[in-house]
Amino acid sequence: MVLSRAPAAPARPRRSSGAGLVAAKAAAHALALAPAAWLGWQMAQVWRTGGDMLGADPVAEIEHRTGLWALRLLLLTLAITPLRRLSGQPVLLQFRRMLGLYAFFYACLHLCAYLVLDLGGYWTQLFGEIAKRPYITVGFLAWLLLVPLAVTSTRGWMRRLGRRWGQLHRAVYAIGVLAVLHFWWLVKSDIREPALYAGILALLLGWRLVLRLRANRTTAAH
Amino acid sequence: MRPPSLPRIPASEITDEAVYRDRRRLLGMLAASPVLGLAGCAEAEPPPPPRARTSTAQARAGFSTDEEPTRYEDATTYNNFYEFGTNKDDPSRAPRTLRTSPWSVLVDGECARPGTIGLEDLLRGIAVEERIYRLRCVEGWSMVIPWNGVPLADVLRRFEPTSKAKYVAFTTLADPRQMPGIRYRSIDWPYREGLRIDEAMHPLALLATGLYGKPLPQQNGAPLRLVVPWKYGFKSIKSIVAIRFTERMPKTAWNELQPSEYGFFANVNPAVDHPRWSQKTERRIAGTKSRLFAARIPTQPFNGYAEQVAALYAGMDLRKWY
Repeated sequence: MVLSRAPAAPARPRRSSGAGLVAAKAAAHALALAPAAWLGWQMAQVWRTGGDMLGADPVAEIEHRTGLWALRLLLLTLAITPLRRLSGQPVLLQFRRMLGLYAFFYACLHLCAYLVLDLGGYWTQLFGEIAKRPYITVGFLAWLLLVPLAVTSTRGWMRRLGRRWGQLHRAVYAIGVLAVLHFWWLVKSDIREPALYAGILALLLGWRLVLRLRANRTTAAH
Repeated sequence: MRPPSLPRIPASEITDEAVYRDRRRLLGMLAASPVLGLAGCAEAEPPPPPRARTSTAQARAGFSTDEEPTRYEDATTYNNFYEFGTNKDDPSRAPRTLRTSPWSVLVDGECARPGTIGLEDLLRGIAVEERIYRLRCVEGWSMVIPWNGVPLADVLRRFEPTSKAKYVAFTTLADPRQMPGIRYRSIDWPYREGLRIDEAMHPLALLATGLYGKPLPQQNGAPLRLVVPWKYGFKSIKSIVAIRFTERMPKTAWNELQPSEYGFFANVNPAVDHPRWSQKTERRIAGTKSRLFAARIPTQPFNGYAEQVAALYAGMDLRKWY
């Protein structure tokens, strides 16, 4: 996706195969799943013993942690292209879809925690909350926009959509902004943590903007 | 042929001529509007409190509850005390840097006997009582906590407030050497809170010195804190170093930070939402069982103390004076 000038959909990027890549991918899967596994184990402990591994308000902790990992993985996904360009390592691209899908996975966990654990029996409150609370509106919108990106992340959809695949997947920039806003707007007064993520996002999007402006200038010069 | 460089401006973006001609006056109005807003606030004093009396029996009914209490471990590890950090577990993890002894409180303002008084003298001769109160946080969670303390009214009367004392203002210690969280300005330190005098004199208002029969830990506002069970938790100011009787409604910390979200009265009210979240329900942090799948419970007007305190607000628009 991103700034590719030529055909947006990478027509089957050459697979740098080998044991090294397989091992790296396995490690990436393990690392991306670790927070969920750790949380799952803690939830099981809390469920069995009523212990306080997740603090006094476990539901709030689960919501916070799944949301945080969704945001972190989203930013990591957005960092792949700049990292690849700056490092000259095309192999990094092999991890982008995986990371994006894990971001979606944690976003789904986050939404589920809110719907099932937090809202619980008060389903009727849901639509009011989505409509009335700006931070929930933008959070829900971010998740909603992730759905088509996750669905069209397969090779088949890449081929079918051609250059429009790249255009569609530019929605990830908007999702990044919505996700940071979602975090920022729910904080009461200490904005340091959301500000950190906003800064990282600004860096990742700013880099792309600078690149595009430069590209435009070069084309204009001709 | 049309020159290609002419910008195309959609009709919706073209300023109406009447507005354009009137621009100077409109800009003047815009510039003046913050001032107008402030003037409006200064005038908008809440209605005078009705002469409500709570009978002893009525008050006593609120002194305890048989609802399942919060575990000591939960009440002392899940705290909002930004002076020790803004995460819930920061205050309980912070080093024990707060020097609670000796501790003195400065009392001044509209009273006959102002002065600085040591904590022992402040409480001398007043019997410590146990009160089991619900605590509802503005964030949407609640606890049930057995406090130990003295009626605020008994303490305040010592200083003989005059007829001009319409409000009581409280201040928390703000010492960066004892409170690491002060270095970050999450709040315009020091933390300040206040009550209308009739609220402060209400038998439910408690000056707590302990919880669960133990002295207050640092994270719960040692050595002296307010507990106002019918109001959102942020009104129950911790580690009090100053009490002032005032004629005007005092400035309070959260209200100054975000007046549209945190009112001066801050009575628990499921009918008035916080602008960013609903106040209809709450997550109850209590009991020893797992709370993973515990359902939310409905929030009650005045946090369930309507019988005791609703009369204090008779004739007052609670949507306006949230």
